[in-house]
Amino acid sequence: MTAVGNAGNITDRNGGSLADQRQQLAYVATQAADARLNVEIETEGMTLNIGPQHPATHGTLRLVARLDGEQVVEAEPIMGYMHRGYEKLAEVRTYPQVTTLINRIDWLGSFANEVPFILAAEKLMEVEAPPRAQWIRTVLFELSRIANITLFLGDMAVQLGALTPVFMAFRDREFVLNQIEAVTGGRFHPNFDRIGGVKDDLPKGWIDDTKQAMQKIRDFCDEFEDLVLGNEIFQSRSRGIGIVPPAIGLSYGLSGANIRASGVDWDLRRDGREALVYDQLDWKVWTHPDGDSFARYWVRLQETREATHMVDQLLDGLPSGPIMAKVPRIIKVPAGEAYAATENPLGEMGYYIVSKGDLVPFRVKIRSASFSNISITPWLLRGVYVPDIITILASLYFILGDIDR
Amino acid sequence: MTQLSSTETGAAAETGAQPDEHREAWAAQLADALGDDFVEHHIIPESDLWVRVNRGSWVVAATAARDQLGCVFFDWLSAIDWLPSPYGRDMDAQEDNPQPKAADPTEQGYAGGETRFQMVVRLYSITDHMGLTIKADLPDGDLSIDTLIGVFPGTNWHEREAWEMFGIHFSGHPDLRHIYLPGEFQGNPLRKDFPLLARRVKPWPGIVDVELFPGEEGS
Repeated sequence: MTAVGNAGNITDRNGGSLADQRQQLAYVATQAADARLNVEIETEGMTLNIGPQHPATHGTLRLVARLDGEQVVEAEPIMGYMHRGYEKLAEVRTYPQVTTLINRIDWLGSFANEVPFILAAEKLMEVEAPPRAQWIRTVLFELSRIANITLFLGDMAVQLGALTPVFMAFRDREFVLNQIEAVTGGRFHPNFDRIGGVKDDLPKGWIDDTKQAMQKIRDFCDEFEDLVLGNEIFQSRSRGIGIVPPAIGLSYGLSGANIRASGVDWDLRRDGREALVYDQLDWKVWTHPDGDSFARYWVRLQETREATHMVDQLLDGLPSGPIMAKVPRIIKVPAGEAYAATENPLGEMGYYIVSKGDLVPFRVKIRSASFSNISITPWLLRGVYVPDIITILASLYFILGDIDR
Repeated sequence: MTQLSSTETGAAAETGAQPDEHREAWAAQLADALGDDFVEHHIIPESDLWVRVNRGSWVVAATAARDQLGCVFFDWLSAIDWLPSPYGRDMDAQEDNPQPKAADPTEQGYAGGETRFQMVVRLYSITDHMGLTIKADLPDGDLSIDTLIGVFPGTNWHEREAWEMFGIHFSGHPDLRHIYLPGEFQGNPLRKDFPLLARRVKPWPGIVDVELFPGEEGS
């Protein structure tokens, strides 16, 4: 690759940040590849179609990449293979019925999908869940996060060629799913959150079992710190790959661990104003300055471990009392508009509800994290090499249901 | 609005009655930047801020919010169709209210609105931890507005979605084509006058969800 050879001096690590240099390198490579395509000296461009059904895809994301040799000139994700029209369907369902639908947006952390919708509806109704319900909500929210991100931790490794971690992830994730199932009755689709509280109280013996499960997840995290993060192949394939500068990430709407891996210290659990009990816990927001694929993995691993500590604290401090506020059995939400967003496993998820005082919402805008997170890919994939496409897509971490809704 | 919850919420509502200086200041700053194009604003203290601007200063408003208010995080962009559903109650969950409500054309949400279609964009400041919703009316005969790609490149896909779902044209958008639906799809599904066919062919089984218990009075 002559383009990279010419730009080789830019990778000199003495001046400027790694992110700047990488960006510059990617830019130069893209320009060179474009120029070559235009004059048609060396090669003609090739269009590589990845997906919708391909071993390297997540779900049914299809990627059309225009290549020059091994380099991507232009890549574009094509969505819609799983579009289910939830925004339209929500307009013909009562508020309690909507939670059943939105469970299926991010199916790995389903409970977390329900929470912002319920919070937005509670905002409109001026209802607040009693303390115990809020604590149970927060526990389940963090369990969803763990169930979701442990799978990412295994999945990104398997995409980079390490088969073992994904089996370990599925194995240990099961402990968390069992706990979620014990409370809600559903492994994948709990449908447990209610306007004004939660459906049920915790079952007997659940707290001890959950603490044991959290210990298992902590062991899992420690193991992965060695097994994956300490792995030379993993490092060489993810370090410096797919760098997202913070300002660009924010203007594309990147949120969650993706933007924290670019050094932006922003977490809606700490900074948001929603009625969950994170302000009563002792925890920290993890950030990483590099902004590359490795940083995104690292941040998620730390967040998983932090979440287990949060669950332990939540279980220790669980207040007693009712689990439902006084709400009418037939729920009519007063006219108005409200937006509520929470820090979901994949990033910021929010619902903008427009109510006209009916049993059904007039309009629901679903702000799902993956849609915005993945919208940066055409920018990010310009100039990278083909194997790095997989690294970048895996590290941005999306769930197809969360893109297509 | 009816107060439905227990006493704790009552206390919160009382503190919420205080004026929200920070949000007032944001609205004032935007009003300065936009002049006559700043139409209206609405504040729910300690909760949220809505601003309505003229369509012509849509890009100016977003730029001012980014540069002057520090809203560097692009949250989402979409539209609202304020037309009451022409399909009446059979589009709803047919419940305790057999009489269709008389459509009130003035019900246009916070910060008002005069036309059927309204653009909505939400921006957020990661330093002040406050969000802001900007709205703009679109005249019925000309559903178009300037693209925000120059301000927030992330609006690209959101505008494609709004174009597909509502039929709103974004002037200056380089790549306005279907994002979810197949290329040959006709119509704009999120418009209120686009029928949801599943409801037209079969009654909704979810009606029983709000059935009263025996002996219970309707509320």
